[in-house]
Amino acid sequence: MTLDLRYTEEQEALRDSVRAMLTDHAGWARVLQVAASPEPDDADLWRLLSVDTGLAALAVPEHLGGAGASLAETAVVLEELGRAVAPVPYLGTTVAAQLLLHLGEDELLRDLAGGAIIAPAMPCDVGPAGPGARLPDVEVSTAADGSPLLNGTVCGVADASRARVLVMPAGGALFAVDADAAGLRRTPVVSLDETRPLCDLAMWNAPARLLAAGERAASALDAALVAGAALLASEQLGLAQWCLDTTVAHLRTRYQFGRPVGSFQALKHRLADLWVELVQARAVARHAVAAVAAGDPDARLAAALAQAHCGPLAVRAAEECVQMHGGIGFTWEHPAHLYLKRAKSAAIAYGTAAHHRTALATLADLAPA
Amino acid sequence: MGASATEPVTAESLRERVDGFLAGHDTAQDRLEFLRARFDAGLAWVHYPAGLGGLGAPRVLQPVVDQRFAAAGAPDNSPRRIGIGLGMAAPTILRHGTAEQRARFLRPLWTAEEVWCQLFSEPGAGSDLAGVATRAVRDGDGWLVDGQKVWTSMAHQARWGILLARTDPAAPKHAGLTYFLCDMHAPGVEVRPLRQATGEAEFNEVFLSGVRLDDGLRLGAVGEGWAVARTTLMNERVAIGGAALPREGGMIGVLARTWRTRPELRTPALHDEVLRLWVRAEALRLTGIRLRQQLAAGEPGPEGSAMKLAFAALTQQISGTEVELLGAEGLRHDHWRADRPEELDLTGRGPTYRWLRAKGNSIEGGTSEVLRNIVAERVLGLPAEPRTDTGVAWKDLPR
Repeated sequence: MTLDLRYTEEQEALRDSVRAMLTDHAGWARVLQVAASPEPDDADLWRLLSVDTGLAALAVPEHLGGAGASLAETAVVLEELGRAVAPVPYLGTTVAAQLLLHLGEDELLRDLAGGAIIAPAMPCDVGPAGPGARLPDVEVSTAADGSPLLNGTVCGVADASRARVLVMPAGGALFAVDADAAGLRRTPVVSLDETRPLCDLAMWNAPARLLAAGERAASALDAALVAGAALLASEQLGLAQWCLDTTVAHLRTRYQFGRPVGSFQALKHRLADLWVELVQARAVARHAVAAVAAGDPDARLAAALAQAHCGPLAVRAAEECVQMHGGIGFTWEHPAHLYLKRAKSAAIAYGTAAHHRTALATLADLAPA
Repeated sequence: MGASATEPVTAESLRERVDGFLAGHDTAQDRLEFLRARFDAGLAWVHYPAGLGGLGAPRVLQPVVDQRFAAAGAPDNSPRRIGIGLGMAAPTILRHGTAEQRARFLRPLWTAEEVWCQLFSEPGAGSDLAGVATRAVRDGDGWLVDGQKVWTSMAHQARWGILLARTDPAAPKHAGLTYFLCDMHAPGVEVRPLRQATGEAEFNEVFLSGVRLDDGLRLGAVGEGWAVARTTLMNERVAIGGAALPREGGMIGVLARTWRTRPELRTPALHDEVLRLWVRAEALRLTGIRLRQQLAAGEPGPEGSAMKLAFAALTQQISGTEVELLGAEGLRHDHWRADRPEELDLTGRGPTYRWLRAKGNSIEGGTSEVLRNIVAERVLGLPAEPRTDTGVAWKDLPR
């Protein structure tokens, strides 16, 4: 299947409007203020993205309250959110929506489209879809009335701190858990990336509702993990683009030794190399979301490829951004550190590049030694 | 059979035109007669003007025509053999040539009756091409050319060369250049094979000693040679022809097949290396697909420079890893004969050949270092390096 890797005019228009909104409502000073506060995310910005504009449910069908768009549009929003390191639970909600769509959970999808945060209750480093995925070790027991109860802990969960509902894999099945239920405790983690902070979940006989079991649960989870890896690549792409743009702007105006610092080849060549990687990241990330959106049989490979390339690229872009800003780039008052922390955190989310290369060994028939 | 100004050319109308042409011309007839007739029918390069082998059609429609002719088993013009003519000489002649020059040169260029070479680089002017020292001096109604060119592929087969020469040494280096079409059969043109690290003589040195060129072979005005050369160079950089490769269609496919079929060679460290290279190769392949989609939609971007930089680094590393994977076996070279290959083949011959040939990828067509400067300045908008050679007469520059 030939997938179109370009942006449509509508997607470019979407990008412009999201960028304008984030410029107004998620400037880096605001992001830093939220990150340094006890709040896990920017509730005002989330309301804007969900209730006010419907951007949080772009890929949810219209009859369920969503915008009926595809993941290719969602990915454009994620590029802009990455560009702003916006502290909102957008990625987790999008992945949860994919799970719920597979399971036909219309009621929960309506809640999600209405602005409720629904998050997958998985460790953020769950890893590539497949048998190697690191799913939480949560036990399922049965209450007197026959309903399921969950026991165990899930550490390092992203986007769950203010979630209303958690979608939890346990015992080979998928459950919906009311996040305020008795028997479930969320403990905030002091996180490297406070723009997408983690929390730990602990459950003692937490009441749950069975969503799916067996093959149906496994395939829904699998598809959601593939979608998560693919979508995260777009966020990483947007983050890397901001780092490159900001560094170039700085090097054009910063003078040392009587000349713009950006005229030194030692820096120019590194940024040219970064641009070369970024150009490829755009193709790889667009390919991944296009493959997932089209249900292409290549989607799993495309998503693993996207993470193997875009995760390290975003880290490198953020590292270059810090380094090439010199002293100012190492300060709390410059946004570079927010991007550095998000990039490193995102390189681990949904599995590291090394995890995805291991997955590719199987997908591309390159067996280990 | 020129294009009508009122009738837009579409893929469908082009297919009809080709079919109409094929109905009147036997594909088994004399190859040259067939190609000349195809040129005269405007079906050579459809984006060229009517009367010069084209129909003034959008360039993206060219594959429609080529595929139709190929499907009919028609003879082609060996496009890889005449790549310099098609990709560099022709667009420059079209843009800067007189009516006489266009009429004289473009048809035999396209039909491959006349092979072209590029007389640009010199021993003292590689990355700094505008520093060329080959002199062209007025001689009555013509010019006398003296100098030495190097890295000239196909010179030994070429009938014509695109030549950058210095006509005013007292002017600053970019201002003193003039562009010529050099008759490679003229007295005083000597072509010598130049052997490379691979042992092959893919390129040549060209010595020009008192070569007399008619003034009608000057392309563009005297002193305007750099502007004309820039047309050539821009076309060199956008020339990424051909169809998109399938997955593992390039050099990575050779390495992947060796990995699959030779389990005894595998180590864990090499496994990760192979996977890293596979990721980079697939990323680059997808970048090429996206670039082609953008070009086809009329959205050209600067991504071609990224492709060239990434391609050079990747082929070098893939071939190096393959040699290591094979161990002592990888050190057996097939032969060191001074062959004269006509096409670049990065998947042919043995691993050591591939590794050596790939070293040229980051040098030919602009070194990776110069390309990084171009990306940094023209794509990213970073300031230029301070220069010491602007406003100085070429003859006074240190060298």
